[in-house]
Amino acid sequence: MNLDDAPLLTARGLNLSFGAIPALVDVDADLWPGEMLAIVGESGSGKTTLLNVLSGKLAPRSGQVWYRDPDCIQHDVHAMPQPALRALHRSDWGFVHQNPRENLRMAVSAGGNVGERLMAQGRRHYGDIRTAAIDWLGQVEIDADRIDDLPRTFSGGMLQRLQIARTLVTHPRLVFMDEPTGGLDVSVQARLLDLIRSLVRRLGIAAVLVTHDLAVARLLADRTMVMQRGEVVEAGLTDQVLDDPRHPYTQLLVSSVLQA
Amino acid sequence: MTSAAGYNFAYLDEQTKRMIRRALLKAVAIPGHQIPFGSREMPLPYGWGTGGIQVTAAVLGPDDVLKVIDQGADDTTNAVSIRRFFARTAGVATTTDTAAATLIQTRHRIPEKPLREDQILVYQVPQPEPLSRLEPSRAETRRMHALAEYGLMYVKLYEDITRFGHVAISYDYPVMVNGRHLMAPSPIPAFDNPKMHRMAALQLFGAGREKRIYAVPPYTSVVSLDFDDHPFRTTRAPQCCGLCGADSSYLDEIVADDKGGRLFVCSDTDFCEERRAAGHVGPEGVAA
Repeated sequence: MNLDDAPLLTARGLNLSFGAIPALVDVDADLWPGEMLAIVGESGSGKTTLLNVLSGKLAPRSGQVWYRDPDCIQHDVHAMPQPALRALHRSDWGFVHQNPRENLRMAVSAGGNVGERLMAQGRRHYGDIRTAAIDWLGQVEIDADRIDDLPRTFSGGMLQRLQIARTLVTHPRLVFMDEPTGGLDVSVQARLLDLIRSLVRRLGIAAVLVTHDLAVARLLADRTMVMQRGEVVEAGLTDQVLDDPRHPYTQLLVSSVLQA
Repeated sequence: MTSAAGYNFAYLDEQTKRMIRRALLKAVAIPGHQIPFGSREMPLPYGWGTGGIQVTAAVLGPDDVLKVIDQGADDTTNAVSIRRFFARTAGVATTTDTAAATLIQTRHRIPEKPLREDQILVYQVPQPEPLSRLEPSRAETRRMHALAEYGLMYVKLYEDITRFGHVAISYDYPVMVNGRHLMAPSPIPAFDNPKMHRMAALQLFGAGREKRIYAVPPYTSVVSLDFDDHPFRTTRAPQCCGLCGADSSYLDEIVADDKGGRLFVCSDTDFCEERRAAGHVGPEGVAA
């Protein structure tokens, strides 16, 4: 098997419960390089918990998550020392929150927000950092002359795009997205989805995307996992899962989407 | 000389001094790393030097010669009070002469005259955490120190350059100690930062309210943070000292009258007096 064909992220037998509530029940997942995996399901189905476990933020009760680094060495995400995991989170990985305010520094200019990950990596040339920030603001369709404005003067859609620029500036290989289009109105959502799709395709980023919106999954994801009460009830190619759902729950989900 | 009756030598009891010395030893072993210690109530308010005074009390010996400066001056309230405090409670000799002192407690300045190996410089520190204004959680800043994650401090420098065209931190300018720990040098002017680099004297920092002690051992590298294309630069008033004519010392601006008159004089009074005694006269000075 070619090493490039090996999964970037592998999860086996993840279990986690919060008290009596099962959040993850024997969850397996694979993510290949350059691929986008959507995790869909209703509220409380364990989507965000799975994302947090995959990204190492939350330890599972049992099961393992493996990450393959650029040198093809497998790392057990939950056995990694804290400094290594934190280093991974600010270089090879990115995390896009539903609420951009959680990720952005609201008292720091847009350019400073985009440049922070570069500075955290040890870049110490102001001019270079600024050039990179201007370049990335352009890539997420924010005017370069807004670079010195504070995020609080930005609209919700711009904040989300700024968060994406800030995350992608270090060219991560793997991005975790938690409802990136939640809380935005429909036209802004459409633009943002377009942007995410083109960026991810162009840069060859692998992404895990959590969403309750099947339309988002259909538009962005190569593969989709459907979760219900912590269990993966169906997984496969997005078109297959959404066009020809097998599990009754998936059929319910698909049929509950309003036809425009 | 004898100390005041009813007080232990240098005010603090021996167990407290022992505790502080243990913290100091740890601090010297890990340059720039903040060591927690059990700060005591002192007979002066927080912010007046409770940290510095406890460190001084812990390292002071009967043969030491003490000098206390506040903003470089030997004759301000804070300096006079602390010097008299130790003269009474420890009975040690005091001086205003930088070269004659073995122990110098300071607030806001480093003496102009280079210090020697047999001298100790004690700083009074209001806020020991250089990241305090950037990251509100102390648990998180401790983690950042532990993992040497100092990108956030550079975000602050980036913001300053973006807004003002230069780093607009004029005092308490953050430094990297021994290539490892980010340290607040106490509110000394950025002008004094280069003096800390590979200084021959031992530098001790005490923060009484925040209950932290840290240290820079002799000949340790202390580098002010900067960007490659915006190197660290010191600033000083372009004038020369009005009394002694020094053109490279740090100056205080003094309002001389109500007609807009200004007098610039050395903030280090001992340095200024020594120069005047040696015959240097500034534009506003009178020959000694």
